[in-house]
Amino acid sequence: MSSQAWINLAYLTASMLFIVAFKLMTGPRTAVKGNYLGAAGMAIAILAACFEKPIVQSVAANGAWPLVMLGVACLIGGVIGAMMAIRYPMTGMPQMVALLNGFGGAASVLVAGAELASTCNLAFCNDPGKAAMATTSLAPWTQFAIATALTGLIGAVTFWGSLVAFAKLEELPRFKKAWTDPNRHWINAGLAIATLLLIWGVCANPSWTLLYWLLVIVGSALGCTLTLPIGGADMPVVICLLNSYSGLAAAAAGFVIDNSVLVIAGSLVGASGLILTAIMCKAMNRSLVGVLFGGLGTTAVVSGDDIYAGKIKSVSAEEIAMVLEGAERVVIVPGYGLAVAQAQHAVRELANALEKRGCTVEYAIHPVAGRMPGHMNVLLAEADIPYEKLREMDDINPTFPETDVAIVIGANDVVNPAARTDPKSPIAGMPILDVDKAKTVVVVKRSLSPGFAGIPNPLFAADNTLMYFADGKKAILDLTNALQ
Amino acid sequence: MPHMTHLVLPQLFADAVAVEDPASRFIRLLTVFLLAMWVGFEVITKVPQRLHTPLTSGSNAISGITVVGALVVAGALSTGVSTLLGFLAVVLAMINVVGGFVVTHRMLEMFNPKKK
Repeated sequence: MSSQAWINLAYLTASMLFIVAFKLMTGPRTAVKGNYLGAAGMAIAILAACFEKPIVQSVAANGAWPLVMLGVACLIGGVIGAMMAIRYPMTGMPQMVALLNGFGGAASVLVAGAELASTCNLAFCNDPGKAAMATTSLAPWTQFAIATALTGLIGAVTFWGSLVAFAKLEELPRFKKAWTDPNRHWINAGLAIATLLLIWGVCANPSWTLLYWLLVIVGSALGCTLTLPIGGADMPVVICLLNSYSGLAAAAAGFVIDNSVLVIAGSLVGASGLILTAIMCKAMNRSLVGVLFGGLGTTAVVSGDDIYAGKIKSVSAEEIAMVLEGAERVVIVPGYGLAVAQAQHAVRELANALEKRGCTVEYAIHPVAGRMPGHMNVLLAEADIPYEKLREMDDINPTFPETDVAIVIGANDVVNPAARTDPKSPIAGMPILDVDKAKTVVVVKRSLSPGFAGIPNPLFAADNTLMYFADGKKAILDLTNALQ
Repeated sequence: MPHMTHLVLPQLFADAVAVEDPASRFIRLLTVFLLAMWVGFEVITKVPQRLHTPLTSGSNAISGITVVGALVVAGALSTGVSTLLGFLAVVLAMINVVGGFVVTHRMLEMFNPKKK
């Protein structure tokens, strides 16, 4: 068997490991093993790559130093990656994932760019065989040209989109407000046309590398303009979508260098990202197009004053503690506010105090609560809250009528009954947690300010709702003290 | 010249094998792409909500597979530009790969109460 066949066999093994890894990652018990298998597949693929013909030839010509260089590059990247992963606080997971994702996209852009540069160079080289092959690749509209253009575009959109997502999630002041310039659709349309022209240009004339880099620049701009208008609560969708893009960029890079392990791994990631995107969109009852281009329709805004006037019952920690004392079943509903206030450990203590009194405590997790898919699960797991107590929306909704107290911490739109009752509401039809059906609802919130959707929440004015205005963490601590 | 034929013919044959017609090469990779997409959709149909974040970050690590391409273009030392770009690509892709797997592991450990 030729050495290339061994390499391909190794790639095949890696691809199979990735598929098994994905399968295992969808099961709670097997996920850890899945992650190990994925890493093993990656290690095999990386080792196999070091025996590829171009590397072997360059080692034969230059001695060991190409390998040393690759080792150094791997080491630098590996150490930075490991440091980021270990040092970054768990609460910063969404932005961390966004950032890592962006690096993958950027790497694909560079791979395609490097391959283009070296192929162009080969076309003029002395070895007629290689020159002929390179020239064939560079012919207009070949697989090579098309794939190069697509890699550059998708990779650049991934990288810049991820950076913007990172900035938004990190809540850098400049990125706090969504970009809602009315002209943005025109800007996007202009960029889209430029993109199409440049793709055509790269495909028709691949040896002109400048066009490729222009395409990358336009793709970068597009990555920014597509992500900037997206508001905080839509972030889970964006993270999934960017994740999918980074996979597709890797797959496209696989077409460029004619490597099936890139294509397989890339498309697996692309598929999983798309599925998660669909799940997130469904959880918000919104179309993907709506998330990407619409922003939320804020035309039918009802003023909060009419709804809230005279009906808000603001209470103290002691009063809530009295209600909690008689409760047999309490459901805690966490939202992004919990993550901001870092109140997960305080919540755990409150739950402990309640459980000591013989009360059942469960957690209701809305699929899009937080800023990334499954954000609340990670956050509560960090505080050692057993995952059996974290219940998904469809699972826990029927139990609210039997719930004595529902405590809503830092969540707003996902518990807004207007989604169910008011067909004109911008969030009409969005599946929500039916906390309003609980006997008593306690809402811990800093003020009456609306959530991401910018609409008032009739829940706050409901007869069975008690409002507790305070910072999430302090509020929960006071509550726990009042209870003890 | 029997000697020449002996040398040239296998060479020609080898070239003919190496230079696959671009269209069929494209179709071959497209086949792989579509089948792998299909497998991906089938494997990840129902994911419990709890695993959404680890799945996102784990798949994110796997998208760093582009490191394979980066290693090959960087190690080939074909031109200065391609080597430099390849080197950077290896660094970035490795950040993605190692960071992704480690962070996923950290998260999954948190979900595992026995280990604590």
